[in-house]
Amino acid sequence: MPGPPRSREEEVRRLAQLNRHFHQVVPHNRALGLEMVALEDGEARMRLPYSPDLIGNPETGVLHGGAITSLMDACCGAAVFMKLTMPVPIATLDLRIDYLRPAAAGREVLAHATCFRLTRNVAFVRGVAYHDDEADPIAAAAGAFMLATSAGRARAP
Amino acid sequence: MSESTASGAGLVQLIAEAKQAGDPVRIAELIPYARWMGLSLRHVAGELLGLLTYSDMLIGNAALPALHGGTIGALLESTAIFQLLWDAETVVLPKTIDITVDYLRSGRPVDCWAKAIITRQGRRVANVRVEAWQEDRQRPIALAHGHFLIVPGQDGEPPAG
Repeated sequence: MPGPPRSREEEVRRLAQLNRHFHQVVPHNRALGLEMVALEDGEARMRLPYSPDLIGNPETGVLHGGAITSLMDACCGAAVFMKLTMPVPIATLDLRIDYLRPAAAGREVLAHATCFRLTRNVAFVRGVAYHDDEADPIAAAAGAFMLATSAGRARAP
Repeated sequence: MSESTASGAGLVQLIAEAKQAGDPVRIAELIPYARWMGLSLRHVAGELLGLLTYSDMLIGNAALPALHGGTIGALLESTAIFQLLWDAETVVLPKTIDITVDYLRSGRPVDCWAKAIITRQGRRVANVRVEAWQEDRQRPIALAHGHFLIVPGQDGEPPAG
């Protein structure tokens, strides 16, 4: 959400606090070691650390698609929260993941999601998962999220 | 067979052995992520089903509580891959090209089942539909459809590039 400019130190403190809260309310994100790296207006960035537990192919050490799905679901959801003017519960309607190339074994995966359209009921999001370069992603995601009805009612005349 | 290749051919061999032994549970045990998540493949009344065994770390919303959408996605994708390994004569581990998950209901903190149907199997691509449910199969909590790259090999024929 847009606010007064923060110092880097404040930003790091704010993210640490958010991550603690995020891990408390979302046990699976904690289990994966998911971390929010940056939050802006309608955008979120997250980090999935590499772990041997998340390997999908034991012969290559490449992460399982399920871990990427969880990363993208979490990051897309966070982008929606960053677009909302007031926090309301959201539910994933659908999520499509395109696997563009395999993730490299032993490396963390970063995600960046943008909520590019918010209506009274629905939020539309797209995002990518990547190692070094967002322009050369491992996976692309597109999702729609339903906003809790209270949001629509609160804004209705 | 200890032969190991980047395409996962050694793993596919182990899977072929599990198939021969008629033991689908073995397949998931070969995959670290499946073990960690509690994902497995079961034979139930002559039907091959994916199972996500409930544990607290699968929760995505502690307030409700509800399963994390990503864990349901993982069950659907894994069940599709397991079904392809079981039915299709693929000589490599199927690779997900894309998958779309529709979330119908929030996942309750209990076990979750899934059934995959291979709607079309081509020479390189298989189309798969998957449905997930909990206590009541008539009330699915999520649906998915996806495309997977496969390499069906003939006896003795190396996989095409």
